[in-house]
Amino acid sequence: MTRRDAIIIGGGIHGCSTALHLCLRGLRPVLIEKDYAGRHASGVNAGGVRQLMRDLAEIPLSIRSMGIWEGIDELLHDDCAFDSHGQILVAETAEDLRMCEERVASLNHHGFTHEELIPVQEVRDLLPAVAETCTGGVISRRDGAAQPARTTTAFRRRAEELGAQVIEGARAHNVRREGGLWRVDIAGDSFEAPVLVIAAGAWGGEFAAQMGEPVRMQAVAPMLMITSRVPHFIDPVVILRSRKLSFKQFPNGTVLIGGGHLGTADTASNRTILDWRKLHESARTVFDLFEVMREATIVRAWAGIEGKMVDDLPVLGPSTRHKGLFYQFGFSLHGFQLGPGAGAVMAELIADGRTPTDISGLSMARFHPQT
Amino acid sequence: MSRPMHETYDVVVIGAGPAGIAAATTAAGNGARTLLLDENAGPGGQVWRAITSTPVKQPSILGEDYWAGRSEVEALRKSGAEIIHGATVWSLDPSLEIAISIGGGSSFVRAGRVIVATGAQERPFPIPGWTLPGVMTAGAAQTLIKNAGLVPDGRLVIAGQGPLLWLLSAQILRLGGKIDRILDTTPRGNRGTALPRALPFLTSPYLVKGLKMMREVRRNTRIVKNVEMIEALGDGQLASVRYSAGGVAETLPADLLLLHHGVVPNVNLAMAAGVRHEWNEVQLCWTPVLDGNGQSSVEGIYVAGDGAGIGGALAALERGRIAAFAALKALGRNVPAGGEASARSALGRAEKGREFLDLLYKPAPQFRIPQGDTIVCRCEEIRASDVLKAVETGATGPNQAKAYLRTGMGPCQGRLCGLTVTELMAKARGTTPAEIGYYRLRAPVKPVSLNELADLPPDTDAIKAVVRE
Repeated sequence: MTRRDAIIIGGGIHGCSTALHLCLRGLRPVLIEKDYAGRHASGVNAGGVRQLMRDLAEIPLSIRSMGIWEGIDELLHDDCAFDSHGQILVAETAEDLRMCEERVASLNHHGFTHEELIPVQEVRDLLPAVAETCTGGVISRRDGAAQPARTTTAFRRRAEELGAQVIEGARAHNVRREGGLWRVDIAGDSFEAPVLVIAAGAWGGEFAAQMGEPVRMQAVAPMLMITSRVPHFIDPVVILRSRKLSFKQFPNGTVLIGGGHLGTADTASNRTILDWRKLHESARTVFDLFEVMREATIVRAWAGIEGKMVDDLPVLGPSTRHKGLFYQFGFSLHGFQLGPGAGAVMAELIADGRTPTDISGLSMARFHPQT
Repeated sequence: MSRPMHETYDVVVIGAGPAGIAAATTAAGNGARTLLLDENAGPGGQVWRAITSTPVKQPSILGEDYWAGRSEVEALRKSGAEIIHGATVWSLDPSLEIAISIGGGSSFVRAGRVIVATGAQERPFPIPGWTLPGVMTAGAAQTLIKNAGLVPDGRLVIAGQGPLLWLLSAQILRLGGKIDRILDTTPRGNRGTALPRALPFLTSPYLVKGLKMMREVRRNTRIVKNVEMIEALGDGQLASVRYSAGGVAETLPADLLLLHHGVVPNVNLAMAAGVRHEWNEVQLCWTPVLDGNGQSSVEGIYVAGDGAGIGGALAALERGRIAAFAALKALGRNVPAGGEASARSALGRAEKGREFLDLLYKPAPQFRIPQGDTIVCRCEEIRASDVLKAVETGATGPNQAKAYLRTGMGPCQGRLCGLTVTELMAKARGTTPAEIGYYRLRAPVKPVSLNELADLPPDTDAIKAVVRE
């Protein structure tokens, strides 16, 4: 039985970020990953670093995270290929634009100013290739994108440098509380710690259920496609309101097309199956929005396994039932940008028992009200 | 543009080389509704490429093994199989739905059984300078001969090893071409390991033909044996080839360098469909895990021909027939007595001596596992040193290398770097290729244009569901 300050289950960006932030506070965590760090959603997502169009309950965490992103090179000694050319929601119709106006007004009312309504002319200045039929948009200027696998690896490596133990290819089982400590077995070893963090993504719900706190979530496989290189034509990341699209050109000219159309996920075998009927819709959307893309070729498509909550919000914070148990999973297709901030918040909750960041809307209490 | 006549088929065969031709002929000939999809303009695959259209009509030039394909193609045409050429299968999933691109438009069909007969491709041969214009593979040169009767002119160097290298050399000479030098890379030590397996090869149909062909080439060409290093040199264009043999180096001026290190299964479609593969330590490549009928780990998907492990054209024909018989039986159809048994005994004869060839022509490590700034991934221009650096920063396998470096994410989808990356990483991490694994391959297994994807026909099942309401 090896004693640690915390046991983290799950080696995605969230588990690795929490490991790093615990180390920064002088704690010695062990992270247990059943595959390898970044194997699933954290390593193969679209890499969007986005505050734009988030649920109100997530905005404080997203803003907190953005601050960390902007200093990511100093924190991790790796720039993670993070760029911030902004993210723009393109309104395709008058109805889209009306919703955008309401959205920005509502955010302003809550005191958030990171999203700005921009007129059609500014959209076209920022995105010269966009279809002339667009009606306006919303921009979050500090947003951008990073390389997901590189970022997750950078968190893991930095955490290890600062004293975290990362064990890959080991399945955590027999999770239990004994003698006031959490105990977890892996093949050939056991760990105990006063703190247990479930950061297991799509597999997080299984652990929560074992702890007597089942949640309503499903494992999904958001699909992405990448094209061959095309001449540089766009810098910001583009998303839409009425249709599913996330669109970004890399410095090497390839274009990533995502947006959340779902394939089939099998959490037992780690396999995902693509659904070309839905990728067809993504292609159709790009075809309509960016004429310049019509001759591009799709060279690859893939999907990562991701946990999607019934209300599309993660579970972040302490258990409602058990002392020393914390949840950090179910980021519902938009957890990558939140990773740095969520790890910082988690370290505060663990070390201080509180965090200045308002995460009240993400609590496990919404599924299991405290009695 | 000819789209498939039906939405569903009993048997869909992918690839019209020897295995695919035999499989489709057998399936259709026994009453199954059969669709044969092939990417080329005509039947034949690589070995019988352009057999119905080649301008090289003099039979002795391409040789009797080539023209043996004619009777197979005739049988196919009489079989009743629906045959579509110029058809690129870009997706096959475990539900046996197949996405096909024909003439710039895509459609889907469903199959009761699928026989994947996607054949072989040349093994990557990553030497310094292999991306220079003027460096090609031997297979590419042979394609030009078969399709168009084109023979290289200028100063020609052919480097590598294996039966195809000798066949190509003989064909070039028969067509009046000239070869300045053949650099034979067969490792000296291979003869010793292969010799104990030589006995079955003595009765192989390939032996006499092979020896005759090598004599024919030797009479007219200077051959350097035991070549242990090759570099293609030139500034933006091949100018010379530097090599060393027995510790002696020489630089030859050259206009064209043809490289060949044998062939390996073309695994992309089968792997993307989820078929389990394992590392073949003798052939140094991935081969699908199959039962005696070619049935793979995915119910209903069979793999036949060189895609199932390199066996040559004669073995491919029989494996195609055997897979088709198994598919017919699985579909509940009657199969004529004797057909399957005769295919199995013919397969036994065709496979004689294969192990000897595999051992004799096992490529040397320095030609499989490059060093320094030699390019590994041509699409993304990733060098051996980049891959090694990724290993140092924690990449444990090709999929992490892919995520860090984009190796294998370009238009070739890993075909030209996959084996190299696997072996390079295995060596760097002190483990085996089997442990290191391979890229997770995905559809589209060939690039498909955004236009075409945007224009996919609507899901007919969905339309029917709506109509029924």
